[in-house]
Amino acid sequence: MTSSPVVWQAIEAFVVLNALLVLVAYVTLLERKFAARMQSRIGPYYVGRPHGWLQPIADALKLMLKEDVVPTASDRGVYNLAPIVFLVPCLLIFATIPFAPELGVADLNIGVLFFLAVSSLEIVGLFMGGWGSNNKYALLSAMRAVNQIISYGLPFIFVALVPVLLAGSLQMSAIVAAQQGLWFVAYPGLGQLAFVLFLVAALAAENRVPFDILEAESELVAGFRVEYSGMKFALIQLGEYAHMLGTSFLGALLFLGGWSGPWPAWFGPIAFLLKAVGIFLLVTWVRWSFVRIRVDQILAISWKLLLPASLVLLLATGFVVALRGAGGA
Amino acid sequence: MNTQTQVVELGYGGNERLMLNMGPQHPSSHGVFRMILTLAGETVVAVDAVIGYLHRCHEKLGETLTYAQYPSIASKTDYVAAMTAELAYVSAVERVGKIEVPKRAQYLRVIAAELQRIASHCLWLGTWCLDMGGAIGGGSTVFLYCMREREMILDRFEELTGARLLYGFHQVGGTRYDVPAGWDTKVRATGDFMEKRIDEYEAMLEGNAFFLVRTQGVGVISRELAQEVGVVGPLIRGSGVNYDVRRAEPYSSYRDFDFRVPVETAGDCYARYRVRMVEFRESIRIIRQALDGLPDGPISSRPGVKSVGQVRVPKGEGYARVEGPRGEVGCYLVSDGGPKPYRLKWRGASFTNLAVLPHIIPGHKVADVVAIMGSVDPVFGEVDR
Repeated sequence: MTSSPVVWQAIEAFVVLNALLVLVAYVTLLERKFAARMQSRIGPYYVGRPHGWLQPIADALKLMLKEDVVPTASDRGVYNLAPIVFLVPCLLIFATIPFAPELGVADLNIGVLFFLAVSSLEIVGLFMGGWGSNNKYALLSAMRAVNQIISYGLPFIFVALVPVLLAGSLQMSAIVAAQQGLWFVAYPGLGQLAFVLFLVAALAAENRVPFDILEAESELVAGFRVEYSGMKFALIQLGEYAHMLGTSFLGALLFLGGWSGPWPAWFGPIAFLLKAVGIFLLVTWVRWSFVRIRVDQILAISWKLLLPASLVLLLATGFVVALRGAGGA
Repeated sequence: MNTQTQVVELGYGGNERLMLNMGPQHPSSHGVFRMILTLAGETVVAVDAVIGYLHRCHEKLGETLTYAQYPSIASKTDYVAAMTAELAYVSAVERVGKIEVPKRAQYLRVIAAELQRIASHCLWLGTWCLDMGGAIGGGSTVFLYCMREREMILDRFEELTGARLLYGFHQVGGTRYDVPAGWDTKVRATGDFMEKRIDEYEAMLEGNAFFLVRTQGVGVISRELAQEVGVVGPLIRGSGVNYDVRRAEPYSSYRDFDFRVPVETAGDCYARYRVRMVEFRESIRIIRQALDGLPDGPISSRPGVKSVGQVRVPKGEGYARVEGPRGEVGCYLVSDGGPKPYRLKWRGASFTNLAVLPHIIPGHKVADVVAIMGSVDPVFGEVDR
């Protein structure tokens, strides 16, 4: 799509952004229904009968109408800016994701790199929120966030590089093209290991249970966003879910072959969405079954287990690619 | 969250301490409990526990109410295990007044107390997992499962007494209600069902590596510390001391039943969890035995005692204790011969159990504070009274 005129690209960006916002809203409903099933509940039901399909909209409206409280002791500038700084990278990551061949905002030739770089920017917003709130719970949470995201950023990147090596390109459409015959998750040995490591690292990068120590509502009340209310809270929530969804799309693209598969071309984007939602549900399943682990244990898992494992995996992939000869592209 | 106006006192030298005021309003305070934590980074170096936010003058209230009136108020000291709180009070009155309790009433009391233990442990397991797993996470899944099962027991209590939380089931000299028709089959079915569910909880938690790393080796109470502080119930049994009032000083025909008192030696959160999980099953066993051997006869040695002034107790004093879900619940009573006690003193199990927190929490991370706190299973109605 790099050859399209700027206007066309802007329109595309607008459509993707709005579709994304709606998708994020309904992904929250999906998660709530899914969690309710796991917990033998019904979940949202009454707002938009029969299955609460208006619930996300009602939630958004409610949050918009809420009073916007700014604590007197907070650092106003930092506090007010933090939700935006947090949200923008979370939405930007969708810029490089192609949803079908030639359908996406910008299929950069360094797409994966862009995704990884931008998604790790969210930590700035997190820390600003935690610091600017001038709340001890928020501060502790911000410290934990920095700890965790630095520790899990590295294995996440290394694991995401495995498909890149296999495909021989950083361009997302090229990675999908390399999976036409065989999805990378089915790549003997390497694929499965990398996919599992990717899921674990993604859980941590998305701050989901069991790695949600920065939200940790039973210890730190609500972590870095304890002081946020109304629309600012909604923005943070939106950013979090957008990040989660973005990571799911990345997982579907890197390991599950994106839109490729044994179906007609028009079904490709739908299949891609279904795959991403599948990964999202897998993550949700984990979230609603485990208890949270402690900060030192999280760091130990990252530095003692995930990082060496992902490095070894990357090395092994390198060997495989070298032995195979030409890297695909 | 009343610390927000304080300025964060964190320097850059590395030796500074952060004071964190946890509670009285906090998601994991199990009521209203305040812990002033001194933190070095994430590690707790000192704990200052503040209680008293739920003080309701229970002991003074006991002096103003007659022996017939107070049992239903006694249930409000420990509102999670109302049956055993009532039982402690009526036992004290019966001891001072040397009042006999018919065998059938004793068995009914045992059934009620053991059902209550299961219900209370359900609540404990759920809230404890909620503390560790979060309200939006795996913890709430366990919590909702436990609540679902506790509901069944509350239904049985509703059929028995008409109330679901605070019962007024006991009265001096016996019980107020007899078993309704068909109740025992329902209770048996509940017990069978509970056993299956407990298997499920164990499968869900003990096969969960994250649960194990959060509980094993965390909050260790040594045997010496447990005895020195005087913790009771699952805490002392989790620390390797075989002490259970049902065995040490059998009351209400507990001698008739065959049950095991679980003892674990590790003293950590996981040991306390194991003790309570075994207690679930043992309670079900006791209930079955009591239902099997439920004798016929009156349910009270003083039937028809309903008006407030009718129970009078001769001058004297006495202490009665029962094994509640949280440990030894005691009631000390001084009578001057009138229709009301002259002085009433409660000994809450949670109160002494909480006293161990400042000894075991320092050195742990903030996340462990709530795990340890939850493993103690405090009920603040009983602590503050």
